[in-house]
Amino acid sequence: MHNFDFVKPSSVEEAIAALASEEAQPISGGQTLIPSMKARLNAPETLVSLTGIAELKGVCPDGDSLVIGAATTHATVAADAASHFPGLAALAGQIGDPAVRNRGTLGGSLANNDPSACYPAAVLGTGAAIVTNAREIAADDYFQGMFTTALEDGEIITSVRFPIAEKSAYAKFLQPASRFALTGVFVAKYASGVRVAVTGASENGVFRLAEAEAALSQNFSAEAISGLQCSAHEMIADLHGTPEYRAHLVGVMTRRAVAAAR
Amino acid sequence: MPKDDGIGASTKRREDVRFLTGNGKYTDDINLRGQCFVHFLRSDVAHGRIKGIDAAAAEGMPGVLKVFTSADFETAGGIPCGWQVTDRFGEVMQEPKHPILAEGKVRHVGDPIAAVVAETYEQARDAAEAIEVDIEQLEAVVDMKAALAEGAPKVHDDLTSNLCYDWGFVEDNKDAVNAAFESAAHVVSLELTNNRLVANPMEPRVAVGDYDPWGDNHTLYTTSQNPHVIRLLMGAFVLNIPEHKLRVVAPDVGGGFGSKIYHYAEEAFCTYAAKVLKRPVKWTSSRSEAFISDAHGRDHKTKIELALDADHNFTALCTETYANMGAYLSTFAPSIPTWLHGTLMAGNYRTPLIYVNVKAVFTNTVPVDAYRGAGRPEATFQIERLVDKAARELGVDPIELRRKNFIKADQFPYQTPVAVVYDTGNYDATMDKMLELADYANFEKRMEESKARGKLRGFGIAHYIEACGIAPSNLVGQLGARAGLYESASVRVNATGSISVYTGSHSHGQGHETSFAQVVAEMIGVDANSIEIHHGDTSNTPMGMGTYGSRSLAVGGSAIVKATNKIIDKAKKIAAHLLEAAPEDIELKDGKFSVAGTDKSVDWSGVTLAAYVPHNYPLEDLEPGLEETAFYDPSNFTYPSGAYGCEIELDPETGKIDILRFIAADDFGNIVNPMIVEGQVHGGLAQGIGQALLENCAYDAEGQLLSGSFMDYAMPRADDVRGFTVDHSCITPCTHNPLGVKGCGEAGAIGSPPAVVNAAIDALHRAGHTQVTHIDMPLTPARVWAAMKA
Ligand SMILES: Cc1cc2nc3c(=O)[nH]c(=O)nc-3n(C[C@H](O)[C@H](O)[C@H](O)COP(=O)(O)OP(=O)(O)OC[C@H]3O[C@@H](n4cnc5c(N)ncnc54)[C@H](O)[C@@H]3O)c2cc1C
Repeated sequence: MHNFDFVKPSSVEEAIAALASEEAQPISGGQTLIPSMKARLNAPETLVSLTGIAELKGVCPDGDSLVIGAATTHATVAADAASHFPGLAALAGQIGDPAVRNRGTLGGSLANNDPSACYPAAVLGTGAAIVTNAREIAADDYFQGMFTTALEDGEIITSVRFPIAEKSAYAKFLQPASRFALTGVFVAKYASGVRVAVTGASENGVFRLAEAEAALSQNFSAEAISGLQCSAHEMIADLHGTPEYRAHLVGVMTRRAVAAAR
Repeated sequence: MPKDDGIGASTKRREDVRFLTGNGKYTDDINLRGQCFVHFLRSDVAHGRIKGIDAAAAEGMPGVLKVFTSADFETAGGIPCGWQVTDRFGEVMQEPKHPILAEGKVRHVGDPIAAVVAETYEQARDAAEAIEVDIEQLEAVVDMKAALAEGAPKVHDDLTSNLCYDWGFVEDNKDAVNAAFESAAHVVSLELTNNRLVANPMEPRVAVGDYDPWGDNHTLYTTSQNPHVIRLLMGAFVLNIPEHKLRVVAPDVGGGFGSKIYHYAEEAFCTYAAKVLKRPVKWTSSRSEAFISDAHGRDHKTKIELALDADHNFTALCTETYANMGAYLSTFAPSIPTWLHGTLMAGNYRTPLIYVNVKAVFTNTVPVDAYRGAGRPEATFQIERLVDKAARELGVDPIELRRKNFIKADQFPYQTPVAVVYDTGNYDATMDKMLELADYANFEKRMEESKARGKLRGFGIAHYIEACGIAPSNLVGQLGARAGLYESASVRVNATGSISVYTGSHSHGQGHETSFAQVVAEMIGVDANSIEIHHGDTSNTPMGMGTYGSRSLAVGGSAIVKATNKIIDKAKKIAAHLLEAAPEDIELKDGKFSVAGTDKSVDWSGVTLAAYVPHNYPLEDLEPGLEETAFYDPSNFTYPSGAYGCEIELDPETGKIDILRFIAADDFGNIVNPMIVEGQVHGGLAQGIGQALLENCAYDAEGQLLSGSFMDYAMPRADDVRGFTVDHSCITPCTHNPLGVKGCGEAGAIGSPPAVVNAAIDALHRAGHTQVTHIDMPLTPARVWAAMKA
């Protein structure tokens, strides 16, 4: 790891000011950033910690939505969101291991947008709004491909507003080594219709499954999508699965998520 | 009932107290005054010509003491290979030089090019980034068959090809084997891969070199399974330091699994650099570095064929294996696919004719050497997969086909056609035991339950034989070993009766400090807590060939028994003097010497005190003191065997396999500490199941490691291996060592992979997927699903 300066502001304004310098970077749980710094793949001059900012933390019901601060850990979401939004809490509870869940945060996960990460499926699958220090970004506009998002330089996520679903579930098929999602599907049923988002499978990152959404909006049952076929086109090929396998898993995991939704 | 701490007792491991309370002392815990740190700049290409190294900028960076390149090692030798294989034409293998730092060429990703020594580790790393290396990238050879093709790029320009050797065993059997295949009623064949593995012990490798100009003494602290072997190889072949000027210490070591047997370049580097810089030099491998610098394991590609007669008796077996050596020959690499693999191809069976061909191949990959089981898992996997396939093709019960061809209990000692003589065994007994513990009779009922839940259930069987404690030295010498394979022990009885035992068998997870003490406690009849087992330091143990091949108790333990017997003999003479009786009349029981048939006695500490305070002592006949050394060179290998059963459930939608039950019924001969044996089997099973389902060290066509971290290299986790039923009540004691023990360290890793794969094939066949005759390990969900679709 190269040397760096470390600042820990207590407000968003101070954080934004600290991030104005060229080589400054926010750090939240550090579960992605620190390993990459240790491997010398990333060498920010200043790390601006977001974990000392009270307003970035917590799980807060707000009408039909659940607002979660960007610096809220996965473990906190798993515990505090359980009674409000069980499908979302269960997803958070399946991320990594206890150490990762007690450090890693929602904002860090979304800013990073790993194509195999879990949260992007929930955010896109609920049509959540990503709230930053400057604006609100709709989930459909936020994810722009592997490790790419709509965030500008120096912009930080402050919270995410999740519309609470009538029923939802996340079905994750584990990549055997990392235990990220080899393919994960988040399904959420709303009065206005059903949303389905898939992570882990595509070279373009998280995506929505329009065909399944249409069928499930008519009939929210696994049978309604028994014939669901997903194209292997632009699916990820790696040691752990071929594009065809991932395309197949999209169908299996979508049906399992629907069956598990509550 | 065994005594509390004697042979047969499940004494808790005394070493665990320090390990579990954070008081273990590992090599990385050793920090010497004035210590500096080395970072190795490693190749990021698999094959390339070094056209220039510019370290000027790096040398000027903060804290940098020196940047070393191969030019600094012109007087040093290469890293030696400890085994020379002779090929089937009578020629010795091709043996390339393995320099400490790359000379002229880099040959695998991770090959060290330069080494930066600096005041801190981070400064060394910073400076390494400033070294400019001009490398002309060359085409890499990764696939073994491609490496042997005409015109393939050569890993070593000075060799005639990438073929290390082409070995045939037994060459004289070849024609008879061919004839047997021609007249066979059935021939079954199978092509398979034994997947490359990375050992990944919990503790990565570390080396600290120290030099003391006062007496021109060198010390190397290192994470080794056999410090004496390192002293011999490094001292004699690499750095030209005689034994009396070189001390090698392997303190607590956090697992090895084979990967810490070998002498590595980093050890020689730290020892040498400490002298050049007159300061201790430390290297601590990162996990990422371990993936590209620790020797890998397995990596065989095999075609195996079995001939049977009309009654399903095995009549001949023939194999052709390509064994990956990687870019250089690691210490014991040439012996693994040959003498530790070919000699086991009879398995548990009476197959009368066997021919094994092995082509060892150089590729632009990390060197490959022994990994838990070493050669024997590769042999067992082939045989037990093939026998299972034969049963399926012939439509007979795989258990019955095995039993029909087993060497029977009354046929021992049994001379196999592949040189070795099995001393004892009872394969039907272990098979019976396993089936009983597995509740095999009710398998189909359980299968129906699974089916009701949409899952496929399968039961897989494997029966293994292994050869432990490779010996005797004069034989292995004929086979090409450049070392003996005995073990030594010194037993030092102190004046007040406590005992210090020095053994050449290093312990790095095996629990020697507990089980070896149990042996001595049993023999003398004293409290095991008065016995200390010392290992891992060349300065206090006469010699040591180390720990591998499940040899510690069978060979190292036997040396301790021999030395302890010498102690007892002498102590009896002292007791005889004290009791005014003849030595022949002295009996030792429960730590007390008595004269047979009388009530005259003297206790252990009375005798030991007399030995060191020899006021009333037969000084004219006997030296004072009570310390003895013994070397033990076994007359044969030991042959543990066992039956393994694996019951799985397979999710047909995803291809994921869950192991529901795993039963191991082993015959390890006599057992000293059942709890430790169980732990050894558990660990072996976890690694074998890891190989079967999860672990896969994969390179791409350019020689880049695809599984270079735990993000892609899948280690088994606790929930992958939920529980085992382990039994070692079937005992046929080894006939040629004093304890009648056989060795248990590798069995789990040897017997489990074929049991798991056989279970998966069984599940698929029972569900009608009869087109699937084999799936290569690891059986990842993706591979299983693809096989079902095919
Ligand atoms: C062993 C292991 C297993 C894991 N398993 C899973 C898994 O199963 N599923 C899964 O989804 N993830 C998994 N993760 C990733 C984990 O969830 C990380 O916590 C997450 O990806 C990053 O969150 P963080 O808070 O640690 O971010 P950090 O590492 O602190 O930061 C990550 C990136 O986001 C930026 N950033 C952080 N916060 C903000 C913000 N508020 N606004 C803008 N930019 C910001 C940082 O500058 C950095 O570029 C795993 C990680 C590990 C180490």
